[in-house]
Amino acid sequence: MNSLNGKVAIVGAADTEVGVVPHMGATQLCVDAALRALDDAGINKEQVDGLITCNSMAEPYMYHAEAIAEYMQIFPRYCLGVGTGGGTTFSVLHHAASAIATGVCDTVLITMADSLHSGLSKEQAMAMQASTGHQQFEIPYGPTVPAFYALAGQAHMAEYGTTPEQFAAIAVACRKHANLNPAAQKREIITVEDVLNSRMIADPLHLLDCSLISDGGSAVVLTSAERAADFKSPPVYLLGVGEGHSHEHISQARNLTTSAAAESGQRAYDMAGVGPSDIDVAQIYDCFTPTVLIELEDLGFCEKGEGGAFVENGNVELGGSLPVNTHGGLLSHCHPGNPGSMFALTEAVAQLRHQAGGRQVKDANISLVHGQGGILSSHTTLILGRDKH
Amino acid sequence: MADHSGKNFPTPTKETAPYWEGCRNHQLVIQQCPKCEYYQFYPRMMCTHCSHGYMDWVTVSGNGRVISFTVIRRPISPAYKAEAPYVVALIKLDEGPTMMSNIVECEPEKVFIGMKVNVVFEDWSEDISIPKFVPQK
Repeated sequence: MNSLNGKVAIVGAADTEVGVVPHMGATQLCVDAALRALDDAGINKEQVDGLITCNSMAEPYMYHAEAIAEYMQIFPRYCLGVGTGGGTTFSVLHHAASAIATGVCDTVLITMADSLHSGLSKEQAMAMQASTGHQQFEIPYGPTVPAFYALAGQAHMAEYGTTPEQFAAIAVACRKHANLNPAAQKREIITVEDVLNSRMIADPLHLLDCSLISDGGSAVVLTSAERAADFKSPPVYLLGVGEGHSHEHISQARNLTTSAAAESGQRAYDMAGVGPSDIDVAQIYDCFTPTVLIELEDLGFCEKGEGGAFVENGNVELGGSLPVNTHGGLLSHCHPGNPGSMFALTEAVAQLRHQAGGRQVKDANISLVHGQGGILSSHTTLILGRDKH
Repeated sequence: MADHSGKNFPTPTKETAPYWEGCRNHQLVIQQCPKCEYYQFYPRMMCTHCSHGYMDWVTVSGNGRVISFTVIRRPISPAYKAEAPYVVALIKLDEGPTMMSNIVECEPEKVFIGMKVNVVFEDWSEDISIPKFVPQK
């Protein structure tokens, strides 16, 4: 298998305004993100020959990427709209990198946005939530999205003695980072007690163990490493990428406490030729706090079952052994649904360019970015570097 | 029959009809491979263990144990309001497969991982009965 290590670079990255953005629709946010990323790359829209988007729940299109291309009047030779987010966001980055490396196209724009906070009616939001799960074998029992993840969290507690306080420490770390990020939706500092005192949603998940509901968009521009020098901003190189896919429905999971992040992570490490101890900063998908804890274990940052101890005492905070979600994550920065992983990617780019301001991890050279989607179903891990290695 | 209108009714397919027919008769009927004897749930046209292309339908004990659960405090929709707080659980059947269900006839606080449970059926309509689980006596 040919390795993608060092062959592709991110040369543009930008977010829109995020949080509560009622003055813009989902399509506008998607295009706004695209324009900002093109500006960051220092190119015009005519230089884009590949386009990838995700569909919007607030303003869906049958052919979403084509709709955005039409809106912007660009005419790509590589064009793909995906229906899901989470790990899929990085899976399509994997596709885009492969397309660039094999000469299918030169410059790919990935732009994703939605307005889940301002763009959905209450009925649309309830219908969206009720559509998650197996129509015959899960949904009749009245589960919610938090409930599906709670099943993994509860199993981890029973198997390894993980505590609600340890899950809460993840929310506290993300909020501490969001406090340093002027763009974040929720910035006021919280404590473990605040998390435990917040309303119980689905045991063991409290309100503050759950990610936000937001508006926002984010985009990146990818090109070959050879061409990267022609762009305005310093390139960030793709060193490794790996995927793992284990199920669609949580009731069919091979294991509730070990995810396919173990496979995606190993594949990405193997391609990059690095291991967990080489990672300076990590962005780990945090739809709910137990997701982070399980992924940290599966990605090899600690032993299986020791995630609880690992996240305590500030280890995942800035200044700790592995700063995680330095922008504030889905828990505190923003979570507009399918585009959620993109903000972790643009944050990794900011960290590796050493442009993250007050939340910069000193001398950050290698970042791991992990996305998952479904209910711990679909995983993609990226390893990005300041240098090609 | 209690009022279950507005709930998320399952829509049986050609492939799953024998399962729902079993439920209607208050029997838990799942698939077993005639070649390798592997039990599987949900119903499929192939054995996921040995890839055999045909599965038998068998009535199983309905006994299992809770491998995880959560308590839903805020119902998914108004139709589920009367039941809230309710328990959504994963039950590993004694025969091997795992299925999602509710634990009923039990205080949510008394449910625990490892709890032994057995199936009961809740009639939602003339055609649809839903398998749920209660603590084993």
